[in-house]
Amino acid sequence: MDSPSANQTFLSLQNAGIAFNGVDILRNINFDIPKGQTLVVIGESGCGKTVLLKLLISLLQASTGKVLFDGQDWCALDDKRTNDQRLRFGFLFQGAALFDSLTVFDNVAFGLRAHSKCDEKEIEKLVLMRVKEVGMKESVLGKKPAELSGGMKKRIGLARALILNPEVMLYDEPTTGLDPIMTDVINELILQTRKTMPVTSIVVTHEMRTVTKVADRVIMFSPLSRLKPNEPQVIFDGTTDQLFKTADQRVQQFIHGEAKERTQDSDHNAHRDEAS
Amino acid sequence: MSEALRKELRSALNKVSQAFDGLGDFTIFSALSLATIFKKPSTGTMIPICFRVGVQSVPVVAITGMFIGMVMAIQVFSQFQSLGMATQIGQIINVSVIKELGPVLAATMLAGRIGSSMAAELATMRVTEQVDALICLGVNPLHYLVLPRVLACVLLIPILTVLANFMGVFGGSMVCTEIFKVDPYHYWQNSRGHIQIWDLSVGLIKPIFFGAAIALISCHRGMNSRAGAEGVGKAATSAFVWSFMSILVLDFFLALFFNNLHQAIWPDNSIKTFGPK
Repeated sequence: MDSPSANQTFLSLQNAGIAFNGVDILRNINFDIPKGQTLVVIGESGCGKTVLLKLLISLLQASTGKVLFDGQDWCALDDKRTNDQRLRFGFLFQGAALFDSLTVFDNVAFGLRAHSKCDEKEIEKLVLMRVKEVGMKESVLGKKPAELSGGMKKRIGLARALILNPEVMLYDEPTTGLDPIMTDVINELILQTRKTMPVTSIVVTHEMRTVTKVADRVIMFSPLSRLKPNEPQVIFDGTTDQLFKTADQRVQQFIHGEAKERTQDSDHNAHRDEAS
Repeated sequence: MSEALRKELRSALNKVSQAFDGLGDFTIFSALSLATIFKKPSTGTMIPICFRVGVQSVPVVAITGMFIGMVMAIQVFSQFQSLGMATQIGQIINVSVIKELGPVLAATMLAGRIGSSMAAELATMRVTEQVDALICLGVNPLHYLVLPRVLACVLLIPILTVLANFMGVFGGSMVCTEIFKVDPYHYWQNSRGHIQIWDLSVGLIKPIFFGAAIALISCHRGMNSRAGAEGVGKAATSAFVWSFMSILVLDFFLALFFNNLHQAIWPDNSIKTFGPK
């Protein structure tokens, strides 16, 4: 489901790599993300998926190569330009990363208060609109994040990320730790966001259900520890259909491992329901 | 040179190099944090922190201040009494409290109560990606999180020091006059001339440095915490340890500096005092 402006490269990694304490996490990553595309990144834990998201928004700097956003290398930008560019992104963190000391309302309004000239009335209206869009009721606005469930936190995190109308949305494991119903709700919200806003999305996930539901394109990473020195880290790059048809054993193992895990989870839930 | 010795030497050199790395990192962190001072703190950040640093520290600073004065009185009384100088005891208590104990005690209490809590809070924010979320929302975490804490500590610690001084002087006088039955008139009369304006001023300037050191060290520890509960715990502990050490080290160098300054300004020691000397 490509947008009219598809194929226009929006984000680009050129031989990008990063190392922590001398240990490579990502090595020679090369791919482009066109405007409007929803890219899903999958791979084992520890293969560098979250690090990739942080490279894309310049929360981390590439040790080697370049990360380009809208044609500009992050490393070539000064602090102010970097900040301005970051405001074109929305980031839904794995644990939602809501500010504990603020209420839900203040969390969602945070970006507006920091960067818009809206008065409090307009802010209230926009916050309410976003909170309703993610399927939450007005009554949560006065609560603190500690009073919310995991799924509610994720939805409020999404409302906060969307409040400044980002052009790129980064989702870090948006459905991890959620029950299947809430997983579907979050997946629906990702789809709905793409329909209502011209947004480019990068979703990091383990969930095959998310992959099949939201992906235009799928990339699979392998941990560097499992690769030979010159082997590329991106072991799959294609559509969802191609993902399920690929002959690559590593990809198949990951998909079926996930599928098996899902079946076991469903069985376990069914047994639990019967027992209760 | 044996292999074992070489290993030990290499490990020692690594530790020295890490210590310099840490010092450099702290220096850059402090410089970047203090550079944000020219921009007004974000709305709603100052009052809650000032409340925690100032108002909520009052009981602990008052109680410890009073007891340090009382303990000093008990320790000093017998020696002064044996010399027949019991009425002079107020001088030593008041000078000790106002010049050294009050500022250091208030700073230590602040480091224990606020420093550790700030480090733990920021460490939790770091490991739960709240600091990253701030950056993604285009807000400088040093301006939003560190600056209000530095300002609150720097501005409020002199007031807490005044309170610790007052309670120390009060506690000492209570023990001397009520328990040891030293004549209150002579106690206060003999105490008056020995507190100088200079002592009071130095006693209020030093805590500003202590406050800045506590806030910067605690925030630095918190912002550089390792992941997990252990990382947060370590950040809180090291914030207190390093803050306390820095208070004592700073106290030594500031005492040296102000003594030399005093000598340079008044070489004949003609200083202004409260009351007759």
